[in-house]
Amino acid sequence: MADVTLRKVVKRYDEVEAVRGIDLDIADHEFVVLVGPSGCGKSTTLRMIAGLEDISDGDIMIGGDVVNDVPPKDRDIAMVFQNYALYPHMTVAENMSFGLRLKRYPKAEIKSRVDEAARMLDIVELVDRKPKQLSGGQRQRVAMGRAIVRNPKVFLFDEPLSNLDAKLRVQMRIEIKKVHQKVRTTTVYVTHDQVEAMTLADRVVVMNHGRIEQIGTPNELYHKPATKFVASFIGSPAMNFVPCRLEDLAGKLHVRLTDRIAFPLPPARAARYQGIPRADKLLLGLRPEHITEAKPHPEPGVEAFQTVLDVTEPMGMETLIYFTLEGAQVCGRVNPNAGAQDGAPLRLAVDLNNMHLLNEVTGVVL
Amino acid sequence: MTTATIDKAAPTRKVKYGSMSRDRAWALRWSYFFLVIFAIFFLTPPIYMFITSLKSSAEISAATNPWWVFHPTLENYAGLLTSNQFLRFFWNSAIVSIFVVTITMLISVPAAFALSRMRFWGSATLATGVFLTYLIPETLLFIPLFKMFAVIGDWTGIQLINKWYVLLILYPTLTVPFCTWIMIGYFASIPKELDEAAVIDGASWLQTLTRIFIPVAFPGIIAATIFAFTVSWAQFLYPLVFTTSTDQLVMPVGIITSLIKGDVFNWGQIMTGALLGAAPPLIIYAFLMDYYIAGLTAGATKG
Repeated sequence: MADVTLRKVVKRYDEVEAVRGIDLDIADHEFVVLVGPSGCGKSTTLRMIAGLEDISDGDIMIGGDVVNDVPPKDRDIAMVFQNYALYPHMTVAENMSFGLRLKRYPKAEIKSRVDEAARMLDIVELVDRKPKQLSGGQRQRVAMGRAIVRNPKVFLFDEPLSNLDAKLRVQMRIEIKKVHQKVRTTTVYVTHDQVEAMTLADRVVVMNHGRIEQIGTPNELYHKPATKFVASFIGSPAMNFVPCRLEDLAGKLHVRLTDRIAFPLPPARAARYQGIPRADKLLLGLRPEHITEAKPHPEPGVEAFQTVLDVTEPMGMETLIYFTLEGAQVCGRVNPNAGAQDGAPLRLAVDLNNMHLLNEVTGVVL
Repeated sequence: MTTATIDKAAPTRKVKYGSMSRDRAWALRWSYFFLVIFAIFFLTPPIYMFITSLKSSAEISAATNPWWVFHPTLENYAGLLTSNQFLRFFWNSAIVSIFVVTITMLISVPAAFALSRMRFWGSATLATGVFLTYLIPETLLFIPLFKMFAVIGDWTGIQLINKWYVLLILYPTLTVPFCTWIMIGYFASIPKELDEAAVIDGASWLQTLTRIFIPVAFPGIIAATIFAFTVSWAQFLYPLVFTTSTDQLVMPVGIITSLIKGDVFNWGQIMTGALLGAAPPLIIYAFLMDYYIAGLTAGATKG
């Protein structure tokens, strides 16, 4: 087990910079998820840690040793691939033990390690089968087993659940979390699925255009996003952004959305945003759960307004509502009994205690 | 205006329901028609050879129906199979082919692995170059090659011309490029993650080749082997040019030189020898046909 450190790591393909100087410290035992849209450099970063890609610049350290020029086999890492990459001509047990057999471990040791991993992953009865006789979920377990038996310093997962159907993905997600709780190996996990990132990670690294946008615990990213990209990428349905500006009305700081709608800010928020020039073009960021039906006795900081809904989506435990504000589509979550109907007016409340204010030009959360 | 255009473009033929199966039936009829023509075209020579091989020389030269045997005899078979000379040709062919197949696979499998997997400067160009060498016909090469071997013989004293083992150098020039190409195509169909997984598991390049690629690409290797065997078994020009002594000849040349004496053609034995010579490839194809097709198509579709 070991920590992993990236220092100003750059990957260049001819003229294109896929990864543009990444700094990342991953502690021992930590489960870190790299998440971002396709082409953001997350897989390249993982492959550089694995040693499957050369690094163009910077340093990668595993357990304190610089491994820039160390071949993959000597980095003591194990990797799980999206397409499983099981050896098709070997049985499950042979697949799992291949690495150990190459290193000439004693037979008894190999057997005990394979048995233990098979038991942990619940694939004991499959060890004599060939990969093509297994389902997708079982193959993924074998791929994980192959990583576990090696007992490496670091686990690397490259979108391991992307080939599975939605239901199985949820199940395997829990499975991966359980395995990590048992073996506690430092893990770097790459996915484009923010739900996977949020549910699995100790810390999430959000990447975009080859750079790190923000590093934080799932809760930090959700409640305190640093940029518009992170705010919109994390959370489903995504955060709403409505063009707005600040305005002083009757001695109190207001956020004005439309000619008709301006909300007074709660004192804590007013103090925080006081210094922003009133002419700046801003965005009001509100998560759907902070736009609900208006209640008779609102809490402080919750402001009501009237609007006409475009579309409603009943989900059972809640109803998603969509309406338009200043040309921006806005999503809210209301109680199924709130009487929300397509095309009908509804009185809504926004919780400004949980608002975000963003600079429209730079996308930075203020 | 728009509607008028659409009306013109509309199909004039009425849609016939169930026409799918009718089309299919016609397609099948045509395929059978052409397959039968194809089969007749290609089976006629071997059948003619077989009929002739069962005739005595007297019956062959008699002006009887060439498509029928009136007095079947095995004398041609007996004559060849008891002739030390013919057995020598057969033996030479077998030895040469086995060696050539071995040499070819030992070169082309690692070469294909290197060209398809180890990214190095110029590997793509080199892969194309390997294929281009296959396009040069041996009719263009045999004179310069003969001259080369003659010069080598003069300089080093190593006499290669008129020795059966000169064929072990010549045949691979035909088999290696094509087999390398087949194997490049086959290896290309193996997902990249498989060798990456092997590399992370601690396998060297050689271990990745021997323990992952060769077992996984086995159908492709069989296909390449069959190809190499067929080429070296049937090759005619090089042995005709480079070997002359009867104890050094391989079968295709041996049959021609020993059974045609001046203007006397021993047709019965020539046909018998050709049939016997065709037997080994035929047997190999019969057993490994499925592998052969799987190997070639995998290379073709994904390579």
